[in-house]
Amino acid sequence: MEHLELFLKSIFIDNMVFATFLGMCSYLAVSKKVSTAVGLGAAVIFVMLITVPLNWLLDHYLLQPGALVWLGAEYADYDLSFLSFIMFIATIATMVQLVEIVVEKFSPALYNSLGIFLPLIAVNCAILGGSLFMQSREIPTLGLATVYGIGSGIGWFLAILAIAAIREKIRYSNVPAPLRGLGITFIITGLMAIGFMSFGGMLTGGDEPKEEQKTVMPKEEINTTPSTEVKNSEEKKETEKVLANNIKVNE
Amino acid sequence: MGLLSKKDSKLILDPLADNNPITIQVLGICSALAITAQLKAAIVMAISVTAVVALGNVVISLMRNIIPSKIRIIVQLVVVAVLVIIVDLILKAYSYELSKTLSVFVGLIITNCIIMGRFEAFALANGPWRSFLDGIGNGAGYGLILIIVGFFRELFGSGTLLGIKVLGDPIEKTGLYALGYENNGFMLLSPMALIVVGIIIWVQRSRNKALVEDH
Repeated sequence: MEHLELFLKSIFIDNMVFATFLGMCSYLAVSKKVSTAVGLGAAVIFVMLITVPLNWLLDHYLLQPGALVWLGAEYADYDLSFLSFIMFIATIATMVQLVEIVVEKFSPALYNSLGIFLPLIAVNCAILGGSLFMQSREIPTLGLATVYGIGSGIGWFLAILAIAAIREKIRYSNVPAPLRGLGITFIITGLMAIGFMSFGGMLTGGDEPKEEQKTVMPKEEINTTPSTEVKNSEEKKETEKVLANNIKVNE
Repeated sequence: MGLLSKKDSKLILDPLADNNPITIQVLGICSALAITAQLKAAIVMAISVTAVVALGNVVISLMRNIIPSKIRIIVQLVVVAVLVIIVDLILKAYSYELSKTLSVFVGLIITNCIIMGRFEAFALANGPWRSFLDGIGNGAGYGLILIIVGFFRELFGSGTLLGIKVLGDPIEKTGLYALGYENNGFMLLSPMALIVVGIIIWVQRSRNKALVEDH
């Protein structure tokens, strides 16, 4: 159940492209034709499926504060987390290279369809972003990390497939000249992202009452004494800030 | 400019407008959109990226003759990763709150396409001083768009700039709010960043017809 929830969440609610804007560069550059978009999307799913669990292992047994305890008690207070960027990117770059070699050897047909996209993937922010989000959201088990990797990959795949299909059709419409190409793609992506925001309520049943409580509380106090009013308005500002922060966190 | 020859100053000024990394070269979009809900975060991000591009360009340019071309991507990634770790540690040390707000996006500077793009397109073929200028120029061009987007999103989204209330107080109903103005909370949500950049591209291309794409 937990796995299914994370799977759906990473595809729809935390969609790589529409919620966190990761992998936008290749998303915009390679979405002119559906067939190439499918190739790149498939390669992203594949690489994410491998790198996110691998980086989870690295994170848990090497990088986290105290992760080295399996080497012996004297290593318990080592904290290597400052190395995580370089470890993650090295893992990704080597995995991409390895995947390229393996695929070329065992499945030339797949290699021909993915071929040119694989090297591109090493510098796709969605891949590194997947690993970094896995780390910052503290995903607890290897299984969940794998599910998160696949889910994020599929989310990215869906996004690039959809925009490629739209861009193929938009060629036949009369877009204002300065907006053609890049401009209209940005605006369409924005509209699609607004659409994807409606998935936000899909799995979160418990969030809203908490926020209401926060805003209701100061109101009651206003009725009691006028002297606290100023303080309350300050408090309200605080809660507003908190709300704004929440929104950002959700982003 | 006495210090810079005409050719050198072109390296800095070109990416600001007609060869802007975001609106023309389509590089480095990811971070440009995600962290622009506040002007302050946008400015810090712009400075960090400029520093990383400029220094990285110098390092790569110094090493350009000894990097074997087969493994150059990994070498480049390592150089960027080291610089980004330095930036991240500095941010954590001097402004912890902000580094929490930027969260993973500091790390994502590593895969910011502007950096790899400039390494590939410029630093591998030019000397260190020119590469440094090119890095500064592209970082500034990127920062310019970030700051424009951040300005509009923070102004219309929460009525503040750099955290200072410029449109009056929404709770005590002063300033513009006395006239019934309301903050447009939608501007704080992520999709609006895309639409604002789309509009910037629209404005830029209607002013300069040479940039218009034919589909």
